[in-house]
Order: sequence, then C-alpha cells, then structure tokens
Amino acid sequence: MIEVKDLHKQYGDIVALDKVSLTVGRGELFGLIGPDGAGKTSLMRILMSLLLPDGGTATMNELDVVKDYKEVRLITGYMPGRFSLYPDLTVEENLKFFATVFGTTIQENYYLIKDIYQQIEPFKNRRAGKLSGGMKQKLALSCALIHKPEILILDEPTTGVDAVSRKEFWEMLKRLKSMGITILVSTPYMDEASMCDRIALIQQGRLMSVATPHEMIESFPEDLWAVHTRKIYETSKHLEKLSSTLSVNSFGQVLHLVTSKGVHSAESIQKYLLEKGELEITIEPSSATIEDVFILLMNHHKHLK
Amino acid sequence: MRTLYYILQKEFTQIFRNKSMLPVIFVMPLIQMLILVFAATNELRQVDLAIVDFDHSYSSRQMVAGITGNPFFKVRNNLTNSQEAEDLLMRNKIDLALIIPRHFDKDLNVNKSAEVQVLVDAINGNAAQLSFGYLSSIIGSYSQKVLINPLKPEYRQNKNIEIKPTYWFNPQLNYKFYMAPGILVVLITVVGMLLGGMNLVREKELGTIEQINVTPLKKWQFIAGKLLPFLVIGLFDLAFGLLVASLAFNIPIRGSLLLLFGLASVYLVLVLSWGLFISTISDTQQQATFVAFFSLIVFIMMSGLFTPVESMPDWAQKLDYINPLYYFVKIMRSVLLKGSNFTDIFNEFAALSAFAVSIFGLAIFRYRKTS
Repeated sequence: MIEVKDLHKQYGDIVALDKVSLTVGRGELFGLIGPDGAGKTSLMRILMSLLLPDGGTATMNELDVVKDYKEVRLITGYMPGRFSLYPDLTVEENLKFFATVFGTTIQENYYLIKDIYQQIEPFKNRRAGKLSGGMKQKLALSCALIHKPEILILDEPTTGVDAVSRKEFWEMLKRLKSMGITILVSTPYMDEASMCDRIALIQQGRLMSVATPHEMIESFPEDLWAVHTRKIYETSKHLEKLSSTLSVNSFGQVLHLVTSKGVHSAESIQKYLLEKGELEITIEPSSATIEDVFILLMNHHKHLK
Repeated sequence: MRTLYYILQKEFTQIFRNKSMLPVIFVMPLIQMLILVFAATNELRQVDLAIVDFDHSYSSRQMVAGITGNPFFKVRNNLTNSQEAEDLLMRNKIDLALIIPRHFDKDLNVNKSAEVQVLVDAINGNAAQLSFGYLSSIIGSYSQKVLINPLKPEYRQNKNIEIKPTYWFNPQLNYKFYMAPGILVVLITVVGMLLGGMNLVREKELGTIEQINVTPLKKWQFIAGKLLPFLVIGLFDLAFGLLVASLAFNIPIRGSLLLLFGLASVYLVLVLSWGLFISTISDTQQQATFVAFFSLIVFIMMSGLFTPVESMPDWAQKLDYINPLYYFVKIMRSVLLKGSNFTDIFNEFAALSAFAVSIFGLAIFRYRKTS
C-alpha cells in the first residue's frame, strides 16, 4: 500500500510535484498517466528514496520513505525509466548480481520471475547491452522482482518497446498483480491506461483526476463527436470556429470534437460544415477515451491559471 | 562476505571484458619503462661545440686536442672567425663556442695568464650550465697541466686541492637509476587515478548507479568493489614495471620488496580514493578524465620527478607537503636505490597514510551525499 500526502518537490523555480496526495491499495495495479515532464519520475524517485521531498510525506506499506528508507528498499522493486543494468554483463550475470546484493538467490524466487525470465532464458549468455528493447525490459523486470518485493515501481517500462512486447508486458503485470504485488506504473501512452485498476492523470506536477479508467470515461461531462473526413486539416479549422467547441483533436483519421453538453446534435454540426462547403463528412456521437479526458482536464487547468 | 566476493567477481568480469583494459595493464608499463626512462634524461651527450682558434700555437692546439678527444663534445674547428661561430649559435647548429684569441700562447708563457671566450646557448639553462661546466673543467685541467709543467720548476710549489668525489648509491651517476623509480610511480598513479576513477563515473553514465542505490548494498561494499580490483592491478603493474626496469636497466633493488609493496598499497589507496572522489563530483567520464588529468599534471610536475624539489622556490617546496607523489617518489628512490628501511622513511609513510585516510573518507562522504 502506498500513501502519498501533500508531496511537494521543486527544482529551483520549477515545481515538479505540487502537493500531490494519492493512495494505492494493496495489490492494486495503479497507473500514473501523463506526458513527459509531468512529474511522474520525480514522484517515483521520491518513493524509491532516491530523491528527498521538499514537503509532505509518503509511506510504502506503512514505512516512511525518508526515515525508513533502508526497509523501504528491501520491500520494493524498481525499474528506472532508463535501462540501467550492466550492458557488459550477461543476462544471467545481471540477474545473479541483483539476487546476491539482495541476499537471495535466483532459485529461491524463481517461481516469481519464471514466466518472464523463461522468454529471455535462451539468451542468458548474451550481454545485456546486446538485447532488443523488449528483452531488456523483461530482464529489468526480472531483476526488479528477484528479491520478491511487495511493491513494484515501474517508470515508463513500455517506452521504446514494440507493440507486441508492450502487450506482453502488461499481461505480465496483471499476473504479478494476481500474486498480490502492489504495482505503481507510469506511462505516457493513454491507451495503456485501460489495463490499470485505477489511474491518475498527472500534468505539471498536479494530479488532475484519480479514478478507474471506466469511471473516468463515464464521467466525461461534455458531448463528444467522432468526425470522419478526408480533409482533416481544413475540417478541424472549421470546427474550431464552431460555437461552443471545447477542443478538436485528430485520432488517426478521425477527429474528436468536444462541445459543451447539450448544445449540438450531429445534424446541427453537419449543417454547419455543409455551409462551410464540407460535403463528404460523417458525424456520430462517440464515447470518450482516456486521452479525451486528459485533454479536457488539461485545457480546463490551463484556463484556471 | 558472499556479497563482497560476488561484487569483486562482477568488477573483475567487467574489467577484463573491457577491450581497452588489457592493453592498458600490460602495454602501458612496457612503453613507460622502455621509452620514458630513456627519454626523460638530464644526461648530456653529443654537445655541439665550435672552436675558433686565432692563435694556432702549440698551446692552443694542445688544449683543443684535449677537447676534441672527449666523446662528450662534437667539435667543429674549421672556423676562421668569431662571426661564423655566432651565426652557428643563432641557427641552433651549436650549443657552445670556444674562442681562443691571438697571443694565447704568448700570454700563457710570458704573462702566466691567458684568456679564452666561451659563448653558451642558454635557452635550456640546465644543459647550458652542464656543458659549460664540463668544458671549463677540461680547460681547467689543461691549465693545471701547464702550471705544473716539470720543465718549469718555478711553478712547482704551486699548491692546489684536488677533489676526489665518491658518488654513493649510484656510483656511475647512471641517470636511469634515478628516473626509473620515478617513472614507476607515474605508472601506478595513472593506472590508479584514470582506471579506478573512471569506474564509478561509468556507473553514473550508464545509470546503473540508480539501480545499485535502491539495493541494500552497503556503501563500504560498493566502494571496496571499486577499489580492490584496481589496487591489485596497480600492484601487478608495479611488479611488472619493476621487472622490466631490472631486466632492461639493471636497476638495483636494495631495499625490502615487501616494504615497497606495502607502501605502494597505501599509496594506491590514496590515488584510487582521489580518483573516486573525482568520480563523485563528475557526471560524465569526460569530466572526470579532465579533472584527473589536470591534477595528475600538477602533481607530477611538482613531485621532483624531473626537476629537483630543492631547486624549486620556497613556496613551491611548501606546496609539495600536500603532494602525494612527492612522498612516494622519495620513498621509491630511497627504498630501491638506498635500501632505506621502514624507520628511514617513516615520515613519508605517515604523511601518505594521513592523506590516504582523509581522501578515502572524503570520497565516501561525497558518495553518500550524491546517492
């Protein structure tokens, strides 16, 4: 269980964490979703006792991350955002090294990493620096797990990893969760949010919203339209000028238009675009994605400032 | 204990997997000993000397013959005027010019006193003094010979004191005996500071230190893992360099080897700690190399390796009290050439130990702060 209360961190004038409070339940898979520079890494480094907070408190399974940092390190597994195992040691040597410094052996906790490690075991004599991105992540996760931690903290584990490996990685996290391990994972990919039990949207050091992915989508307060068009750029320019438009964003070949609740219908938007000379367009109401929620909250926060 | 053992195993594995490490360990001692010891010499040989003889007398020819017969000088004596000699000096063709005036013979025999002029290129002051001293001693001994000429009994009563020097510890004044121990010091200093120092900062660069810091690994275990392998490599290089020196130059090993290696261990701990300290204040290997290199040059130049500390200004000599190389160069020379025992060099040992302990402490303190 992770409890964060009014956590504050500042680098000079830049506020990295602005009074962040958060609770992650035991055995929960919790996602921190936000763009680069949002404060995800700072929060994780404070939890891992690699960084001292300027204010507030944080506990991991009732252990204070500042006072009891030694005990905290024993019950947590950490995977930094950057690959940080020894590139000149082999897969097996890396794993053995981390098992040894934690005073355990590979055999003792093998059951925990078996599913993951088996996939890279054929390459156990290869230097870690020569592994592909996906395999590196699997090795790093194995090394973070080898001392049987109660809490796992993973900083953008899927960044720079191919789509298939990403999917596999999330499957692994779900299995670890089922073994009762509390997992805090950060990602810049909004589509990965739905894999988490609960998520926090973080932007500029502030938590904008904390809820289950489902709740977050359900509680989307405005109208959302999916607009199919051939001329993405022109259409979005026109839509931006439509009264009560809150945002227009392209999702691949589809535009997501957000308008204030209850102002427009599909027909009224169609009519508006027809007047602007846009003919081949289909509009339908759509349900929000996490990204829509994020953009809406982000704009909302901008207006507040 | 198991952890420490495994950490050392890991460090050694990494060291020997590093492709540039083996050449550094084996080739560097060879190159340093075989090239530097020869190159870093203060001995003069083949000094270019021009002689302008205006007198062409029996006496002048006798004196010139004494000079030409000396292997130390490469003589040109086909010059006809002093202008030519000055030109040669200007164009760096000669180092010295000896000008014997007309009436040299007459002055010597009639007036009992004659003068010659010596022009010295003093760009390199040290060499100028040496070669001038050598030339004047030849001329001096010639004048002795003239003065006590048995055919001229009236000068026989002339008394003079002859100095018969005995050079202790290095009877042939073999310059290599003096240089080789110093070069050995440079060798293990470079190994310790560059290899040892780079090691920790590399973990920073790779980001592996982040992963290490979240483990329950103890500070002393981690630091020991960084120090011990390079201590072993440094001692190995010292042994290797000493072997090369004794095979190639026949350098004497008069003191106890056990004492020498014991002191070298203290010195290496000091140097390695210094390297580690540099590592803790640097973020990249490039920064660390630069700082290490800068401090190395200052330490080496001031150590008395190439120039005697006694001829440095007073403040520089005082500054040398905090130069670890100064002490270790002294220890190395005393133990190898003089056969000094532990009591003889206790002061140097005490200074080195004090430095080793304080810099080691500083490195650990800094490492703690950065983690």
